[in-house]
Amino acid sequence: MDLGLNEQQELLKNAARDFLENECPESLVREMEEDERGYSPDLWAKMAEQGWQGLLVPEEHGGAGFDFLDLCVLLEEFGRALVPGPFMSTVLGGAVPIMVAGSDEQKAEFLPKIASGDTIFTLALTEPSARFDEQGVQAQASVSGNDVTFNGTKLFVSDANVADYLIVAGRSGQGVTLGIVATDQPGVEVTQLQTIARDKQCEVKLNDAKGQLLGAEGQGWNLLQPVIQRYTVAECAYLVGLSQMDFEIAVDYAKERVQFGRPIGSFQAIQHKCADMVTDVDGSRFIMYKAAWSVATDQPADDTQMAVNMAKAWTSEATRRVVAHGQQIHGGIGFTKDYKIQLYFRRQKRAELAFGDSDYHRELVAQQLGI
Amino acid sequence: MDWSDSPDQATFRKEVHDFIRERLPGPYRGKLEGGDGESDGETFTVGWQADRKSDDPERRDTAVQWATALAEKGWIAPHWPKEYGGAGLSVMEQFIYNQEMAKAGAPSVGGMGVSLLGPTVIVHGTDEQKEQHLPKILSGEVAWAQGYSEPGAGSDLASLQTRADRDGDDYVINGQKIWTSGAQYADWLFALVRTDPEAPKHRGISFITMDITTPGITVRPLTDMGWNQPFNETFFEDVRVPARNLVGDENRGWYIGMTLLDFERSGISGAVEYQRTLDNLIEFLGSDEGTEVTRQDLDTVRLEIADRRIETEILFNFAFRIVSMQNRGMVPNYEASVNKLFGSELHQRLSRTGNKAFGLYGNLWDREVGPMGAHFVRDYIGSVPHTIFSGSSEIQRNVIATRGLGLPRG
Ligand SMILES: Cc1cc2nc3c(=O)[nH]c(=O)nc-3n(C[C@H](O)[C@H](O)[C@H](O)COP(=O)(O)OP(=O)(O)OC[C@H]3O[C@@H](n4cnc5c(N)ncnc54)[C@H](O)[C@@H]3O)c2cc1C
Ligand SMILES: Cc1cc2nc3c(=O)[nH]c(=O)nc-3n(C[C@H](O)[C@H](O)[C@H](O)COP(=O)(O)OP(=O)(O)OC[C@H]3O[C@@H](n4cnc5c(N)ncnc54)[C@H](O)[C@@H]3O)c2cc1C
Repeated sequence: MDLGLNEQQELLKNAARDFLENECPESLVREMEEDERGYSPDLWAKMAEQGWQGLLVPEEHGGAGFDFLDLCVLLEEFGRALVPGPFMSTVLGGAVPIMVAGSDEQKAEFLPKIASGDTIFTLALTEPSARFDEQGVQAQASVSGNDVTFNGTKLFVSDANVADYLIVAGRSGQGVTLGIVATDQPGVEVTQLQTIARDKQCEVKLNDAKGQLLGAEGQGWNLLQPVIQRYTVAECAYLVGLSQMDFEIAVDYAKERVQFGRPIGSFQAIQHKCADMVTDVDGSRFIMYKAAWSVATDQPADDTQMAVNMAKAWTSEATRRVVAHGQQIHGGIGFTKDYKIQLYFRRQKRAELAFGDSDYHRELVAQQLGI
Repeated sequence: MDWSDSPDQATFRKEVHDFIRERLPGPYRGKLEGGDGESDGETFTVGWQADRKSDDPERRDTAVQWATALAEKGWIAPHWPKEYGGAGLSVMEQFIYNQEMAKAGAPSVGGMGVSLLGPTVIVHGTDEQKEQHLPKILSGEVAWAQGYSEPGAGSDLASLQTRADRDGDDYVINGQKIWTSGAQYADWLFALVRTDPEAPKHRGISFITMDITTPGITVRPLTDMGWNQPFNETFFEDVRVPARNLVGDENRGWYIGMTLLDFERSGISGAVEYQRTLDNLIEFLGSDEGTEVTRQDLDTVRLEIADRRIETEILFNFAFRIVSMQNRGMVPNYEASVNKLFGSELHQRLSRTGNKAFGLYGNLWDREVGPMGAHFVRDYIGSVPHTIFSGSSEIQRNVIATRGLGLPRG
């Protein structure tokens, strides 16, 4: 039993922090909010040189073959630096489904291109009903041999504006069915949505969009479970890093800002907020890692599901409390666009909502507890 | 990161687990068998310590039996070094031991002698003091009480006024302590007393031990809001205590006492106990007996129950972090305060949530009649002081902010 990082994870974390401090400064984060694509191809290529897109990908397919817990260590740093772009979409929404459900040919075709940074993927799961359960998948899928054709509307699809491929979930007579769909075809129409985090979520209209079947017809929902679990924990890891940084900025500000002749950090009202912030950040970190560990080490399925739901239920709300305190501690300056703290506040909301907020996951916890 | 046992840890866990099932005396098995048990956690009680001085011979026998069984393994003081009669367990083994004890609801033995006084004497005491006190703590012959707080010195403990004036080979003690838990069952008392009223307040305090039957000491029980008597007022009138009873140097008592408070602030039993309590609650709500006393609109509480269950995971990890750091040779700083703060506040939320499930039945105090032996209503009262003693929630937040985060003191 141990609650610390191993040597390899320490190295990964430190390397990522150094790299991102240089390569992903606040100015880039801001620039990408206004950028049509929402990511920097230059940074994307450098990240691929670091081996990050392929971190989870097995070595035989050009990746580093690290495990999911290692990825969460990296994603914590991504949250800290607010890295913009399609990294999670590609890794969690592309590499993972292919690793879980792909044929040998599909793995050989797509995983090396993901690892090298040549191909961008995203997961087209949610629809206008905005549900995360099986009922939410209503787009039509018709299968013929290894081909599948989709019709319907997908909503809140991250980074579809720059994705080369979508992993689409549709419904055929046999149930939920997955396909790999290229975006450069007339049957795929992408419209960007304006969002609170100014990230690139999109509406994707599928009109006879053609693709290749991923996994067996009708098996899609089962195949998606490990994908959704990992994506959910990944969002938690991002939130942990984001809230850690928000907290650090707020504490630093409280030490410097002087009112009534003393630093506001000497007022107990501010001190107690900071104490609650560190409690919430640390609590989020460990419950996230418990879920990541559970996934990575293949703990019993029920335990893993519970760990994932608990992690997202807690982290979604705890990090919201953190960024709210972060704003309050800053007073008026925090409300301005130019000051950095608001960047975290807005992005927290995106990740809080992704794959279900606290209420959604708490309900699932209650069901699993049998109440 | 690893939440599972190594093979050695699993073997040790099984040893503790099996031992408890074999040797825990019947009257202490209540919680083991799913119930809430006899000695409730409703106040800062002294369970085993009270049992061993009980008028009821069965309670006395039970206390002795359990102490004897644990003593065979050196598990009365699992954290003490072997040379002093402990089991010399590593921090990870202690963590496992404490988890298994808490899972079974088995009372720990030896009270503050084992948890507080012994470790302090081991670090700061003379050879004579070790010989005098440690064996008797381990045999259960001597129970200890802690005399720190005073009517005018609570959170601001260093402002304590009880005087100890040197007179030949003795100190003469005058003053008053309050909230002295279990002093009515204790044989000895360790106390912080003022030996230099001129010095800055932290530097004029000494740590001293005394036989509680020394002439001039009066122990008067105080009744708490749950109608129990867990604590006392302790008065000192010209109490003569031999100077050799001082632990550590004169006027260094504050620092010696603080080592001890740090021992107080770690622990895993809370998280484990609360998980067991929630398991029992959920099982009871699903039972026929439970259905009769459950509020009709249970839906209003079920998500609260889920939250409490999640919070026990958070608490588990906070305790786990502390031992994990110690195991890696690191010294926890604000982490112990986070654990105490979160655990005590969770305790209060948990009792409130549990009691809420029963609507009007949540009034019933009588163990024979109230749902689940009236556990939650009693714990609703019993959890109140947990955010006060061992450093109140406000003090913990101050410590986290200043010692932990480096914010300037107010
Ligand atoms: C949208 C907006 C519109 C505004 N419009 C106007 C306007 O039209 N005209 C105008 O003159 N001003 C205006 N203000 C300014 C506003 O009055 C100030 O923001 C406010 O007084 C707080 O001051 P501050 O921003 O400097 O924060 P600070 O005073 O620096 O406070 C920072 C943090 O420290 C806390 N703090 C400060 N002192 C203490 C203390 N003694 N104890 C405990 N905590 C403390 C605060 O509560 C806050 O959380 C506006 C502000 C905003 C955000
Ligand atoms: C059940 C129980 C058992 C106990 N057992 C023992 C025992 O065995 N031996 C022993 O010596 N003592 C014991 N105590 C005493 C305990 O340690 C004190 O109650 C505790 O230190 C708080 O002191 P106080 O009660 O005087 O409250 P106060 O210190 O007067 O505090 C009152 C309120 O003011 C707040 N406050 C105080 N200072 C600050 C500050 N700087 N900033 C913000 N808020 C502040 C507190 O948090 C609290 O909310 C026990 C107490 C209880 C309730």
